[in-house]
Amino acid sequence: MTQTLAVLTMMLTVATPLVFAGLGEVITERSGVLNLGIEGTMYLGAFVGFLASGALHSAWWGILVAMLAGAAAGALMGLLTVTVGVNQHVAGIGTTLLLVAACNFVSRLKSSGGASEQVPKLSKLFGSTAVIGQYPLTYLALFVVAPVIWWVLRSTGMGLKLRAVGESPEAADAAGVSVPLTRYLALTVGGAFMGLGGAFLTVAMLGSFSLDIVSGRGWVCIALVIFGRWKVWPTVGGALLFGFAEGLEKQLAITTTFASVPNELWLALPYIVVVAALIIWGRGVRYPGAYLKAYKRA
Amino acid sequence: MTVSVDQGGGQPAEAAVPLVRLVGLTKTFGQLVACDHVSLDVKPGEVHALLGENGAGKSTLMRCLFGLAKPDDGWAEIAGKRVAISSPGDAIRAGLGMVTQEFSLVGPMTVTENVLLARSNWGPLDVAGGRQAVVAAAQRLGVEVDPDARVEDLSVGERQRVEILKALVGDCRLLILDEPTAVLTPQDSAALFTAVRRLVAQGMGVLLISHKLREVLDIANRISVLRHGRLTATVDLATEQVEPADLARLMVGAEALASPEFVEATGLDVIHPHQDGLFLKTEVDTGAHPVPVLAVKDLRVDGEARPLLQIDHLEVGSGEIVGVAGVSGNGQAELGAVLCAIKAPDAGTISLGGKDVTALGPAGRFEAGLGRILEDRKASIAPTLSVEHTLVLEDIEAFKRGPFLNRHRIRRHAHKAIERYAIKASPTDPVGTLSGGNMQKVLLARALSRRPRAIVASQPTRGLDVGACEFVHDQLKACAAGGAGVLLISEDLDEILLLADTIVVLYEGRIAATLARDDADMATLGLLMAGAQPEAATASAASAAPAAGAPSAAGEKEVPA
Repeated sequence: MTQTLAVLTMMLTVATPLVFAGLGEVITERSGVLNLGIEGTMYLGAFVGFLASGALHSAWWGILVAMLAGAAAGALMGLLTVTVGVNQHVAGIGTTLLLVAACNFVSRLKSSGGASEQVPKLSKLFGSTAVIGQYPLTYLALFVVAPVIWWVLRSTGMGLKLRAVGESPEAADAAGVSVPLTRYLALTVGGAFMGLGGAFLTVAMLGSFSLDIVSGRGWVCIALVIFGRWKVWPTVGGALLFGFAEGLEKQLAITTTFASVPNELWLALPYIVVVAALIIWGRGVRYPGAYLKAYKRA
Repeated sequence: MTVSVDQGGGQPAEAAVPLVRLVGLTKTFGQLVACDHVSLDVKPGEVHALLGENGAGKSTLMRCLFGLAKPDDGWAEIAGKRVAISSPGDAIRAGLGMVTQEFSLVGPMTVTENVLLARSNWGPLDVAGGRQAVVAAAQRLGVEVDPDARVEDLSVGERQRVEILKALVGDCRLLILDEPTAVLTPQDSAALFTAVRRLVAQGMGVLLISHKLREVLDIANRISVLRHGRLTATVDLATEQVEPADLARLMVGAEALASPEFVEATGLDVIHPHQDGLFLKTEVDTGAHPVPVLAVKDLRVDGEARPLLQIDHLEVGSGEIVGVAGVSGNGQAELGAVLCAIKAPDAGTISLGGKDVTALGPAGRFEAGLGRILEDRKASIAPTLSVEHTLVLEDIEAFKRGPFLNRHRIRRHAHKAIERYAIKASPTDPVGTLSGGNMQKVLLARALSRRPRAIVASQPTRGLDVGACEFVHDQLKACAAGGAGVLLISEDLDEILLLADTIVVLYEGRIAATLARDDADMATLGLLMAGAQPEAATASAASAAPAAGAPSAAGEKEVPA
């Protein structure tokens, strides 16, 4: 029983950054832009959030600065893919490489090999009660951010315009919707959520920064969005599935029955689950009509 | 007849303030002047038609007016006031609505969502209000539309109605229709014009872009003719008499010569730059038992719900042109693809000159005597490949010396084809830089230089100007005269009526009727294309459209089992 509760507690915590970043990716992809800069943007959010909360002596301020940094990274993607019209794959991977390398560089300058310092860290609500004892950001993600994004995409003019731009930029343009503006907006807002997801790792979960902090969670989000068919709730479900696999892994790894299983295999489990889920449910999906396509008015 | 040459100034003073007025609009693309100081206006309650060939600059002019292209010079006035329209949003706010040839609809969204797209701000959507607005606008237009239908599930005619609804909901006072009937059946076109008349009666202005003389004369109050980017005339039909032939001359130029046949079928004058003697002679099969050059038996292409194509029997004889008519999406594309070895049929046989070629690929069918003009011209070429290489691409073996290309022979072949087919290009030009007409001539040269005995031509003149159309028609006629059999798949009824000896109508993938040319007319074909039974089609065409020249006797249609 306690083990089950521990798995569920872990699931919600682990899923939180994926919910933020995955929904950020849903927003950008629904506008027709694949943001492969997500891994780098999460990394940037984790690093900047860590630095800023240390400098400003506040975890919340650190999170805010991380979101701004994420928005800036989204704007960089906009510059490359919307304004210049570069191939989205190349722009995204380039952005990730740039951001990860830049953060590593600054990190080495600041703490030349020394032990990672601790910064102000969010504390859990409801103490350490099982399952509901979570960081406030987890509640924010599941009960505020996800419903709001769902509602905005479905029931507001902004969401309608965003979806139209992602399905048929020509039609959106002819209807008087600015395709570049909409995509910039999607990229910056989506980038802010990716930054928030990254900051959660340092400011809430760990309270410290390490060079392998994101460890492919951005790429997992890319898979989750396809798995979730660009819809809010299935993407949240995918994040919870990843979280569940990681919680399970942590629990099983410490039971004596599975003691002989190599640790590396356990670490790989959540990723294997995501790939398996993608293979089972992610085939034959209908991509947004303008996915990967730059738009230039003739 | 009298035609006033309007230079943009001096509108009659008694007329109402124009809804929109274009003054000296000019747009150039590099060397090409697409619109050259064009001035025209549209008043409330009138249909002003803008007539011109493909490439005359009609669409460019409209794109400039609607903010989709930026004019180099000139401006637009709305209700007497000069306005700057730099985006479609500006145009919509100024009271303009445009229905383009390619619809600007988002397929996965509902009718209401598409209508709301141009209307909503960033805040919460008023879906209920949008739905009501759609229903109200549909009533104004006199049509029925399901506001919750997904656009991608609608027919082409319905989608066009959604486009018009979109404009109406947007309080549009001037509706621009760009070649609206190009994708419609004659019946859908008639319904569209009924709706347009309703709107005009309500005080709206309509700017209709077209190259179809008949429909323009049918519906317009005034006609402006555009040629090579210049406005050659504006005719007010209320005060001036004008003959189709005169308009045609204004469209294509004073040097236009009348081809009696063509004028009869289309009311259109054409240039005859290419006289006989250009085409290639093919040997006529004078055997005692003539074998059809192309025969199809029990051919089937499966779709998701029902077969996309199911043809029990279709033959093309030597020297015969068989026209395949039908509304887009009724199996013509599949028929062309299957015959041209683009796609394998799910059942049935295809034979060329008595030889079963069903299992053969393109090369084998070329060997057996097939010449093909594929429906998708752009997909038939590699844009960066030179003209000379495009010309030999399908016969590369014949132009090799050992393992290498024989460059001299390729060049000689290209020069010959360029001369013979009047292609305006040099052998080394990338074929993608050619105009549609010249590109089609290259493809025609490639198909015909092999001296095919059976020619399958899918939409061979789609998007070509009148001169190039005429050239393609001449070539196809020449091939038939030389003994080849031609299967002409076309959505252009004028073209089919002009060329075909026998007309086959496809409906939902099946042959709805086979008619001899003399038994066919627009009205009958239109009804058959819309799915009417052959007898009913003949009867109702005879009663509904006596002026269209209905057949003298009913029941003379041959209906395949």
